Amino acid sequence: MSILAERIGAAKAEGRAALVAYLPVGYPDVDTSIAAMVAAVEAGADVIEIGVPYSDPGMDGPVIQEAVEVAVRAGVGMRDVLRAVEAVASAGAAATVMSYWNPIERYGVERFATDLAAAGGAGAITPDLIPDEAGEWIAASDHAGLDRVFLVAPSSTDPRLAATAAASRGFVYVASTMGVTGARASVGDAARTLVDRTRQARPDIALCVGLGVSNGEQAAEIAAFADGVIVGSAYVREMIEGRGADGVRALTEDLAAGVRRAEVRA
Amino acid sequence: MTTTRPPQTGELSLPARPGWPDETGHFGIFGGRFVPEALIAALDELTEAYEAMRVDPAFLSEFARLQRDYTGRPSPVTEVPKFAEHCGGARVLLKREDLNHTGSHKINNVLGQALLTKRIGKTRVIAETGAGQHGVATATAAALMGLSCTVYMGEEDTRRQALNVARMRLLGAEVIPVTTGSRTLKDAINEAFRDWVTNVETTNYVFGTVAGPHPFPAMVRDFQRVIGDEARVQVLEREGRLPDAVLACVGGGSNAIGIFTAFVPDEGVRLIGLEAGGDGVDTPRHAATITGGSPGVLHGARSYLLQDDNGQTIESHSISAGLDYPGVGPEHSYLHDIGRAEYRPITDSEAMEAFALLCRTEGIIPAIESAHALAGVMKLGRELGPDAMLLVNLSGRGDKDVETASRWFGLGDREEVDPGPGLDTDQQPTEGAVSNDEAVAGQDAGEEL
Repeated sequence: MSILAERIGAAKAEGRAALVAYLPVGYPDVDTSIAAMVAAVEAGADVIEIGVPYSDPGMDGPVIQEAVEVAVRAGVGMRDVLRAVEAVASAGAAATVMSYWNPIERYGVERFATDLAAAGGAGAITPDLIPDEAGEWIAASDHAGLDRVFLVAPSSTDPRLAATAAASRGFVYVASTMGVTGARASVGDAARTLVDRTRQARPDIALCVGLGVSNGEQAAEIAAFADGVIVGSAYVREMIEGRGADGVRALTEDLAAGVRRAEVRA
Repeated sequence: MTTTRPPQTGELSLPARPGWPDETGHFGIFGGRFVPEALIAALDELTEAYEAMRVDPAFLSEFARLQRDYTGRPSPVTEVPKFAEHCGGARVLLKREDLNHTGSHKINNVLGQALLTKRIGKTRVIAETGAGQHGVATATAAALMGLSCTVYMGEEDTRRQALNVARMRLLGAEVIPVTTGSRTLKDAINEAFRDWVTNVETTNYVFGTVAGPHPFPAMVRDFQRVIGDEARVQVLEREGRLPDAVLACVGGGSNAIGIFTAFVPDEGVRLIGLEAGGDGVDTPRHAATITGGSPGVLHGARSYLLQDDNGQTIESHSISAGLDYPGVGPEHSYLHDIGRAEYRPITDSEAMEAFALLCRTEGIIPAIESAHALAGVMKLGRELGPDAMLLVNLSGRGDKDVETASRWFGLGDREEVDPGPGLDTDQQPTEGAVSNDEAVAGQDAGEEL
């Protein structure tokens, strides 16, 4: 059974969207980052995207780059990530690893899947791995019973939307705009259009929207048409500006209220 | 020996490819596409447009005209007998890509990609550059074809390579200093990808080497293979036989693939890539990706790379900014694994020795990148002896490297660059020479990626 599908389904049963919070492991240090993740769970996040630091984060904007650079320099690795997974799972959220592909490949794909499942993890989001290249990961995640989340983008063709959604388990990550991570003033109509197109391609999987969402108001807007709202850079900014677990808790409360006041639910 | 005559510059076809990559851009286990989904549509568009263009007589005619009238192709092959005296007496022939417009082989690729940009109706190009040579070539092609041009360059490099920044700006390009990560070429590539994913509707990414996601490794190879296609014919016509070995420096590896490709079917011809050994491959300060790295994923493809146990990219080091890259094109990884090409490291000291030697014996100042290939031929010639005939790709000229070389050899003290026979030891910088870091800081280099 998919941990993510179950968790997002439970939110839906409450008539709301799920809240997915991203935080990288190791910023400003491993313990503080794990404490922040636990704070997000306690304040109402349903899913934590546990970020694996990577030296070349090509899909990330300046805020996340700044944080992961610190973690990379400190030598934070998969062992620390798995510790975060255990903590988040114990706190009661779906612990989902977010990693560029090379750290997973270097750790060993099967070993990663086995260790992630053993730590209580739900699965992994792989922003630079498309299903076309994912044969080994698909096999390993099947074997370990893990979710695997691929991304769709506004530029995805219909055949690619269908193939990507079909290869995903747990949810599909709907990238709201063409671009990198980072807060945006408005998330725009592209996200809604893409959610509609993806839902047509595969109606039976949850669709979570990310890129650009930073506050409760935007979360409410997205929650009106998506199954989940993903927030990343806004969380990292709380950490960079030194507000730590308290800042994370306050942001989560704002966002958690947002995903509950969506006016129109599909 | 294959006797099939490859087409010469100006003929209206691109030669048949080797049996790789496959349709999805894989060279065995290497290559592929490890990029965000958002870029797949653009890569598909590029692949489709390129496949149509490469058999389109109108494109091929225009490409051939530019190569002839703008770049100055075909580039000559020059025999260098006095230099060869230091190569065990083997005969040494240089393919003179240093004589191309803009001073290196980079122009071959950017003219092709700029034509492709116009064909797909995009009006803006972006490029990465380590120290400026691909940036200058891209700015040149953009000026020629009326495209707007943005070049990403590590902040440190923009300061060190102020002259190349000025060249790009004179040509009308915008140069953006990259302040993230290690502020080097690899971060410039990351930043260019971020620009591309954001502006892909109007913008084409003119990638500088045979790395990156499919179709870049195959496409850049096709645009660069003119080097070997010409050289193979030139050597055969002049000598009546093929060379025993073909040598080229390898950073990302575009000049090496460019000269290797025509010779890949010639089983008797050894293909040898010279990687930047920096302070030595037994130290942490080198850029010898195949010699000292392991397979992984970086910048959109699987290939050898310098990485730590966590899969983080390790910063590379080389006196040559153009070879100072922790990755390598996937086709090189493949040629290595199937045993068709050999890869050897050359230290900074060995490269600078060869650099000085070519200057003094033949009146040719090579790029420091290309000097790695020259150092490789000095070693190989001694291994093979006087019967060997060796072809070296002189991928770029060294005007840009004068300051680095002056510092290395002790601020232009001519006694320090005397290329006597004693130079065939692994000579360290002479007293008074600055450290490698300072030397790199002073160079106005063009990358060999």
